[in-house]
Parts: sequence; structure tokens; C-alpha cells
Amino acid sequence: MTVIGWIQILLYCAIVVALVKPLGWYMTRVFSGERTFMSPILRPVETALYRIGGVDEKREQHWLTYTVAMLLFHVGGFLIIYGLMRLQALLPLNPAEQSAVAPDLSFNTAISFLTNTNWQNYGGESTLSYLTQMVGLTHQNFLSAATGIALAVAMIRGFSRSSMRTIGNFWVDVVRCTLYVLLPICIVYTLFLVWQGMPQTLGAYVEATTLEGAKQTIAVGPVASQVAIKMLGTNGGGFFNANAAHPFENPTALSNFVQMISIFALGAALTNVFGRTVGNQRQGWAILAVMGVLFIAGVAVTYWAEANGTATLNALGLTGGNMEGKEVRFGIVASSLFAVITTAASCGAVNAMHDSFTALGGMIPLINMQIGEIIVGGVGAGLYGMLLFVVLAIFVAGLMVGRTPEYVGKKIEAREVKMAMLAILVLPLMYLGWTAVAVVLPSAVASMANAGPHGFTEVLYAFTSATGNNGSAFGGLTGNTFFYNLTLASSMFVGRFFMIVPAMALAGSLAAKKSIPPSAGTLPTTGGLFVGLVVGVILIIGGLTFFPALALGPIVEHLAMNANTLF
Amino acid sequence: MLREIRPAILILLLLTAITGLAYPLAMTAIAGAIFPKQAQGSLIEKDGKIIGSALIGQEFKDDKYFHGRPSATSAPDPADTTKTVSAPYNAANSGGSNLGPTSKALADRIKEDVEKLKAENPFAPVPVDLVTTSASGLDPDISPEGALFQVPRVAKARNLPEARVRQLVTEHIQGRMAGLLGEPSVNVLALNLALDEASK
Repeated sequence: MTVIGWIQILLYCAIVVALVKPLGWYMTRVFSGERTFMSPILRPVETALYRIGGVDEKREQHWLTYTVAMLLFHVGGFLIIYGLMRLQALLPLNPAEQSAVAPDLSFNTAISFLTNTNWQNYGGESTLSYLTQMVGLTHQNFLSAATGIALAVAMIRGFSRSSMRTIGNFWVDVVRCTLYVLLPICIVYTLFLVWQGMPQTLGAYVEATTLEGAKQTIAVGPVASQVAIKMLGTNGGGFFNANAAHPFENPTALSNFVQMISIFALGAALTNVFGRTVGNQRQGWAILAVMGVLFIAGVAVTYWAEANGTATLNALGLTGGNMEGKEVRFGIVASSLFAVITTAASCGAVNAMHDSFTALGGMIPLINMQIGEIIVGGVGAGLYGMLLFVVLAIFVAGLMVGRTPEYVGKKIEAREVKMAMLAILVLPLMYLGWTAVAVVLPSAVASMANAGPHGFTEVLYAFTSATGNNGSAFGGLTGNTFFYNLTLASSMFVGRFFMIVPAMALAGSLAAKKSIPPSAGTLPTTGGLFVGLVVGVILIIGGLTFFPALALGPIVEHLAMNANTLF
Repeated sequence: MLREIRPAILILLLLTAITGLAYPLAMTAIAGAIFPKQAQGSLIEKDGKIIGSALIGQEFKDDKYFHGRPSATSAPDPADTTKTVSAPYNAANSGGSNLGPTSKALADRIKEDVEKLKAENPFAPVPVDLVTTSASGLDPDISPEGALFQVPRVAKARNLPEARVRQLVTEHIQGRMAGLLGEPSVNVLALNLALDEASK
């Protein structure tokens, strides 16, 4: 670890924190339907969309209607991606002449983009046409991100409203998020990325003759426009197989730094939207503080582990840390930081191969996903995931002092706690359950690229990433098989929607309750005690759930590595 | 609930048109006009032929060139398309080795590479980036130490004084961005092009 490394990490944190208030202010205005400086251009487009779509923007929805609208929206999204992948050979904008994608892979990828996971069983440049990348993937990157944010905003309304039956209008939230938040930022961001060296062309792959006379086919495409929303919307699905490690998908140290900021920007700002909407910004900062504590701890462990290298490298006298699967222009610190950010949020883009990380360095990304990606988290999903843990922490605190727990003026009662527990328990059921199935099926075990405990970690990581809608991978695992395509798709589906539905039910039941003013017996939820309490609850629930699985994977591998055991 | 079906179809189609077609196509046009070189992939031409991209590494095996990092990229086996064969610096199929810290295959590969490099230059410690594969398999850069390590071999193969080659390397070291971000690096293709110029 170096001083300049830590300066980069602290600078990163400082910029993310500095963006929280302005972005939070802007998004609060957008979602409360107020005018913004972009209204003169965007308002006509917005009203046209409502007119054609038959949406009355004044009519709000009950939580159940809101959820059904969201689900219907996804049915269409699924059909578009699946159809494009199956038919891409017959459609235009396919200069590399990619053939139709197999049904199971198309199914997996459609679910993957729908759920904001963006798991890559496909290899972008070797599988997909430009049309599929644009209309299938780029567009779904926008919509799954807008959906996540809309749901978080609906949940925030649940906390802030008093005795109301509705939590907003799904169509209005999605349209406003896409037009006012995502699209304008992406336009500027795309130009920045192209300036840094990212291709943005519809031209065919380039045939080059190298200096030594060999042939090299260089894949290009409309990369920058997709990468902008891929990062901003915490989607993470790569244009290229190597994702943000590919020099075209992340050309410079600066593009890397800005990409890291854009992963956290909206998710962190949503804590401020929460604070503003419930009438006390300190409530938002307290939640961000919980995230910050867990984040810094994770960065420190991964950075330390990667900078220390592996037993193999150290025995040969190779210094400079574990550079296997990392790019020179990023080095140890920017690769470690990126890995922790991308798994803390549900982004899943990678600028280094997590499979080649040290055992402990790779364990932190795994833990980040297993606690539900609530450290900033996916846009929207991170906040509603964190609020579920907050509900639980408040409940535990209430039990300790023997009072009915309250949070931002809402009584937390049996129904809320049940919904929160349901959402939190679904995740380990999927990733632990499917991992257990996979390791006893010989055909599934055959997909492992590494032997020994590392192979087990590959499988555990795959199901964790899919369930958490992350999308990063221990990439050695051959995931493009019938078994993994279907089981991973089921993990992604359950991980997304079985969390959303209880979360929305919770939002609906909170909105219907009366707001009560704080009294002398109310636990303050803006101070250090509360932050410590939530961190503790997250670590205890998380630790109890997945520690045994980690002991079989990264922990035993770390011990084996130090004993010079190879597999 | 039935009234949600119409927006589920129409709002979806309209947003698809805006974000999936209008946005990427407009960005392609604008980016192509403002940054034409980058938008096409930062291609390098020499004598009217495209020799590669400034951002994409390529394979160098000849002693008279600086070598990039080992690459783990692959290509479909021409004999059996269900299998893959090693194809270093395949810029149409990026990827890493994905071998973990306790992999015997990785340990053996690194040991072998270290021995080769030690035989080539026994006087300097082997830089770690020269024996580890990059994440993309297309890393265009090596570390400054990785370039300086190869100076004696390249100078000998080209009959150039070592000091001259070392000077070229030093000129091609890109520092951290703003002295802060990323790591110092040397672009292998740019260095080799300069080397060819210097040897003329």
C-alpha cells in the first residue's frame, strides 16, 4: 500500500460525498414534479410521452398497481431483448455478421439486463450485433436503472407520507428519471469518454496488420454511449468481454476514475433525496455514514491483500503486488478500489479479473454482494435494500428497550418487519441453495476453471452475483451452459423481484400510517449510536448467513496459499 | 390494472426509440464530428496501412522489439469450433486467464516466464507485469521497469547503444495523470514505432 494510493482513495470518497447534495437536490425536484432548468426542452417530450402512452400524470397509484405496472413494463422489455438476440442475424447493423444467439443464452441475457444484473455469459464483441447492443442492451440499461430509482423514490414516499393510499405513479417516475436524470448526464458523459479514447462508431471491426506483420482484428462499435449508462445506471454489462478492463471500454486512468465516481453518484445522492423528502437531511447522511464505514473497511482489506501479492509471486521475488488479471494503467490501487465499488453498488463492471484476485482480496467483493449490495448499492435498489436493514435494526433496538420502534415518524410493526425479513432472507436462499446444488452435480462442477477451494468460490460468486443483481464474475467459470444459464437466470429473477415486491408492500403500508412526532422515548436516527447499530445488524445477519460458505471458499484458500498448497 | 397495459406497451416502445436508437445514433454522429480519431478507435496508420490502435496492445515476439505483457486471449479452434486455442492479443475476443492465487497452472507459467527473463537479463529484478497476464489480454502498456528491463536485449538486437534505447524508453514513460491518478506506464506500440524510426 502506498501513500499515493490512499490519496486516490480519499480523493474518490471526497468527490462522491461532494456530489451528494447537488444531485440529491436536483433529483428531489425531479421526482416531486417541480420545474428544473431542463424543463423548457424536456417538458414537451415528457407530455407527449404521457399523451401517447395514455398516462394521467396527476393520477397516483396504490402500491400494488405501481408494482404491477413495473412488472408489465418488464414483460415487454424481456420480449424486446430476447427477440433481438434470436433474430439479430436477419436485422441490420450487424457488420461482424453475428449469428442468432442460442435460446438459453438469450433467455439468460434478457433476464440479466431486465434485472439490472448484466451477468455476462455472452462475450459482447464475439456474440452480439450493434443493433442488439444498442436497442437491446443500451436501452434496457436505461430502463432497469430508471425502474430501480423509481422504486426507491416510491419507498421514500412511503416513509414521508401520512395516511395516504398511493405512493406515486410508476410511469411518471420512470419517464422523469430517464429524461431528466439519466439521459442528460449520459450525453455529456459519452462525449467525455470518447474524448478519452472510447470508440463510438457503427463501422465494421478494423483489420490491422501489426508491426510484426500479423493480422489483428480489432473490435469497435457504439461503445461510449453504452458505457455511459452502464456505469451511471450501475448496470455493468460490458460492450466487450473484458468489460471495463478492455482498453476501449476504459482507456485511461482518468476515464477509470470518472467511471468509479459515476457508479456511486446517483446511489449516494438518493440518500439525500430520502433525507430531504422525510424533512431532515441528517437522516440521509446517517444512512450514507453506515455505507461509508462498511465501504472503507472493504477497500482497506482488498487493497492490502492485493498489494501484498500471492505466495507464488513472493516466492519468486516478484514485488509490486498481484498483477495477474490487472491492467498496468490502473495498477493495484485503482483495480482494488474498482472491485470494491462495483460490488458495493450492484454495478458489476470490472476493470480487473476478480477470479485472479488473492483469496481475501476477492472475498470482500463477495461479502459486499452477500450483504445485499447496500453500500450505496444499485441505483435505487441499494437504498431500498438499506432501508430494509434499517427497519430491522430499529426493530432490534425496540426489542432491547421494550418500546414500539419508530423510524422517521413511522411506527415499525409486525407487517413491516415481516416484509423486511422476507426480502432479506430470499437472497441467501437463492445463492446458498443453488451453490449447494451445483457442487453436487458433476456437470456443473465441470464448469469450474480452478481446482480446490477456488473452484468452489467461483460457483458461490456466480450465484451470489446473480442473486444480488451484480453481474461481476469469477470469470473462469464456464457459465454459458444449460444448467447455469437457467439457474443463474432464476437467481437474478428471484433476487430482483422477490425483493421488490415485499419492499413495495412495506412502502404501501408505511404510506398508509399516520406520522407521529418524535417524543422523548424516540431513538434518534441521525447519530453515531444509530449508525453503529445498523452496521452491527448488517454484519451479524450477514455473518450468520454466509460465514460457513466463506470458510469453505476464500478463507480456506487463504490458509492453503500461506501453506504453499497449489491445486 | 388493465389501464396499465397501454402505457406498458407504448411508453416502453417510445423510451426504446429514444434511449436505444436516437441516443446512440445521435452520439455516434456528434462524437464522430468532434473526436473523429477516438471515435474510430484511435487507429494508427503507417504507409497508408492500418497497423493497429494506439490503445490496443499487439503481440511482439521479435528480440528487436519491446514485448508487451503475456496475453491470455483465445480464439475458436479452426479444427473444432466448440474448443478454443490460445491466440495472444486477439482484439476480437478480450479476456484474462482467470487463474486464481492457488492455481498450479498459474504458478508453473509464472515460474517458467521468470526463468526465461532471468536468462535474458540477469542484472535486474524481474518486473511483475512482464510475467502476469492482463485483465483484457490487450493491455497496451508495460511498467517503466518492464521496459527498462528489456533495454539490453533490444539494444543488442538492433546494434544500438543501450544509452540511446534507454533514452527512448524514458521519453515514452507516461506519468500518473495529474501526478496522482493511475500508474506510470509505457505504451509498447508507440515505443516500438519510435524505435523503428530511430534505427533508420
